[in-house]
Amino acid sequence: MSPAGPIAEKIDGLWWLVFWIAAVIFVLVQGAILIIAFVFRDKDGRKEPKQIHGNNKLEVLWTAIPALILAGIAVPTVQTLFELTNRPDSALTIEVIGHQWWFEYVYPDQGINTANTLVIPAGQPVELIMTSEDVLHNFWVPQLAGKRYLVTGQETYLNLEADEPGEYWGQCAEFCGLSHALMRARVVALDEAGFEQWVTDQQQPAVEPAAGSLADQGKEVYLNAGCTRCHVIEGVWEDVARQPPAPDLTHVASRSMFAGASFEFNEANLRTWLANPSSMKDGSLMPNLALNDEEITALIAYLETLK
Amino acid sequence: MTTTASRSTIFRRPTATKGFWSWITTVDHKKIGVMYGYTAFAFLLIGGLEALLLRLQLAGPEGQFLSQAEYNAMFTMHGTTMVFLVIMPMSAAFMNYLLPLMIGARDVAFPRLNALSYWIFLFGGLFLYSTFIFGTTGAPAGGFLAEEVSRLGSAPNAGWFGYAPNTEPQFSVGTVLDYWAIGLQILGLASLLSSINLITTIFNLRAKGMRLLRMPVFVWMSLVVNFLLAFSLPIIAVALWMITFDRQFGSQFFQAANGGDPILWQHLFWLFGHPEVYILILPAMGIVSEVLPVFSRKPLFGYAAVVFAGAAIGFLGFGVWAHHMFSSGISTVAQAAFGLSTMTIAIPTGIKIFNWLGTMWMGRLRFTTPMLFSIGFVAMFTIGGLSGVTHSVVPADWQQTDTYYIVAHFHYVLFGGAIFGIFSGLYYWFPKLTGRMYSERLGKWHFWLMFLGFNLTFAPMHWLGLQGMVRRTWQYASDTNLGPWNMVVTIGAFIIAASILLFMWNWVVSKRRGAEAGIDPWDARTLEWTIPSPPPEYNFAEIPTVTALDDFWHKKYSEDEEERPVRRDTADLLVEELEHTGNNPGKPIHLPGPSYFPIAVGLSLPVVGYGIIYHGEVWGVALLAVGVLATITSFVGWAQEPAEEPGEEESPGEEH
Repeated sequence: MSPAGPIAEKIDGLWWLVFWIAAVIFVLVQGAILIIAFVFRDKDGRKEPKQIHGNNKLEVLWTAIPALILAGIAVPTVQTLFELTNRPDSALTIEVIGHQWWFEYVYPDQGINTANTLVIPAGQPVELIMTSEDVLHNFWVPQLAGKRYLVTGQETYLNLEADEPGEYWGQCAEFCGLSHALMRARVVALDEAGFEQWVTDQQQPAVEPAAGSLADQGKEVYLNAGCTRCHVIEGVWEDVARQPPAPDLTHVASRSMFAGASFEFNEANLRTWLANPSSMKDGSLMPNLALNDEEITALIAYLETLK
Repeated sequence: MTTTASRSTIFRRPTATKGFWSWITTVDHKKIGVMYGYTAFAFLLIGGLEALLLRLQLAGPEGQFLSQAEYNAMFTMHGTTMVFLVIMPMSAAFMNYLLPLMIGARDVAFPRLNALSYWIFLFGGLFLYSTFIFGTTGAPAGGFLAEEVSRLGSAPNAGWFGYAPNTEPQFSVGTVLDYWAIGLQILGLASLLSSINLITTIFNLRAKGMRLLRMPVFVWMSLVVNFLLAFSLPIIAVALWMITFDRQFGSQFFQAANGGDPILWQHLFWLFGHPEVYILILPAMGIVSEVLPVFSRKPLFGYAAVVFAGAAIGFLGFGVWAHHMFSSGISTVAQAAFGLSTMTIAIPTGIKIFNWLGTMWMGRLRFTTPMLFSIGFVAMFTIGGLSGVTHSVVPADWQQTDTYYIVAHFHYVLFGGAIFGIFSGLYYWFPKLTGRMYSERLGKWHFWLMFLGFNLTFAPMHWLGLQGMVRRTWQYASDTNLGPWNMVVTIGAFIIAASILLFMWNWVVSKRRGAEAGIDPWDARTLEWTIPSPPPEYNFAEIPTVTALDDFWHKKYSEDEEERPVRRDTADLLVEELEHTGNNPGKPIHLPGPSYFPIAVGLSLPVVGYGIIYHGEVWGVALLAVGVLATITSFVGWAQEPAEEPGEEESPGEEH
């Protein structure tokens, strides 16, 4: 584990403390086993052993010493636990909603709805307020924080912070059905200016393709082939029942990964996906819309403009 | 006894004493123990095969050996099988076979109930596995499958823990999870009945002088385990009924949208599931506590401490369940409380380990195969215990939970612990069971190969988990660098498989051609070594009177002024005499009669299970009716059938 933020670092520090204590005990016990096995092995001329039934002083000793060591571990454990679960006063709040099998991210104060890639400002505390719309999920980006479940019908909270701009990978950690393995979490931390720019970009409605272009034909496919039942594109089609809920596509091309952050956003992958989503992700709620090659080509051209 | 009026009219009393029907109708605790053992071993092979398939899939990044649906089914069935169909019944095998022998009894308290437990277990297991023939599964409601799920994938696929709401009908369509929930329900009944039976046996059927604190530690650990079973199984039974009702009849216990609570499942499951961990490990601890003294030629160090530590683990085991849920969003105070209570478990566990080391200290160690497995147990279990302490450090657990670090931890406990203990016991009591010696050379090969394979398989999982490898994921991406260690793990798994083949070879050959064992090949300490090998049906020609802990040893050895044992002049004669009288009882001994009714009930319950699953169909309702009727009829016949034939006065329950 290489922690990349203060929360993950605290946990890491605590882990190493306990690791070294455990390592010392490990060496002592395993060493004792080896020494005993060697020294007291049966061999010619070895006398019958004394019939020792026990020793009360030793019993007290090896009850008390582990108890003291554990008490020593308990103090920093409880301290760190409360410190890390405190809800911060001034943090950027992002709502995370779990779906089979992708994470949806809502920035309530910025009016942004995105998916698969979580963008955060580096060096600033972030609080995730999480829930799930179907089964349990578990948001985990090991370099930035520990795990927290996304629970149907409840809110859970997770503090997150990255020291440096960069890309951090994670994975849904709670088994959530058929394609659980293909539910990854990707976090991109940007410097302050970069994050502000990103917010401004995301707040824009979708780019309008040039009339008559291939992308413009793709937009028609989006409007007519059935995509609009589930997918929003701001400024194009917002009246969406979202049944089942699907990622907001307004800036889908800015996210570089799609379908649970499991596939790179490129032409080849999109082509397979649009031809038959379940061939890439078994059990996917996105149906095969029976698009022909031309429609797929046009749709990809359109999606690629949605930066 | 006035039984003439109440002779059963459904089946005649079975008469076979040899061959197939004698096994079907037996109420002999030894035969039942043997059947438990072989059945559990068969399931071990199946569960192991499932593990090998998982490892082939994970050998390299982006594996394509199994489909995602198949992978999910395999890890669910591997866990479910190993817990409910291998380690629990294997422990039941040891307890059934050994408890009466160790406490000086002729059978368990309720012999027919004992047979019932076995048949319920067998048919419950087969019912669960019939999912591979009949079960159906698919995408969550509204989702799409690329291709139909194969038969291999048509098995329960929500994990052995079956977290709601993924187990609710809209997310797990088809019947596979009904096979899981109802199958576990049936299996739980087997253990519940057996727990009452064995608790009664230990409390009521001990030979004269066998006070509680003179019982072998294996008996003590069995007592604790059976109390754990009696108190924890009802909890999982309730939870399984709740999910069955949610799935079959539209109740909403775990449906958040209608006021249900998915976290409730986790509380119920782990309130059973954590005691379950000790149910799995304590019998092995009992075995190790028998084996180490015999091959160290010393009494167990700190007998009372080991016994009380076992009981303490049992009590504390009910107060730590939420440490499985540190990241579930339970309150910070609850996390702190369960973190601390979890740490306390390390204390009695440590006491046991130190006392085992104390037993070997200054001993005269004979490295037989059972001894190697017992020492292996102590070494491997220590590792599992230490990684367990790191989970009680709550913030660290937020990182570890649901990763391969946890998989490593509990395999060090349940494989390095429970399974090593079980193999130690299988070798140790093999001479008693069969009357013959196993091959020590093959046994040692088995141990070292398994020790190597085990550590190659599970040690690297620690690093994989710390690198962020999440459990229950069908593939891992190649950019994660998890590939090399996963390959090592897969190789290790196949080495384990090879070692199991060696064990089977040794078992089969030694059973036929091993050297005669005699009644006491190990110069052992406890009562089961005072009777012939294999033990006669009545166990003890004469019920012994016990005057000390390790009574048999003290009859063979006195101590000199240095407290070193000196073999009594009479010892050899005593052993010879025991063998002779053991085979030639002075007067005829009457034993409880065999019965058809236990297997009849055992067969009826799965029929009820199928009826519940298919109650939407007419034939399903018919099955339900047939199953219920057959169960009731069998019980009526059972009630009418006397435990013994008229005129037979003596039963194990009447020994004193």
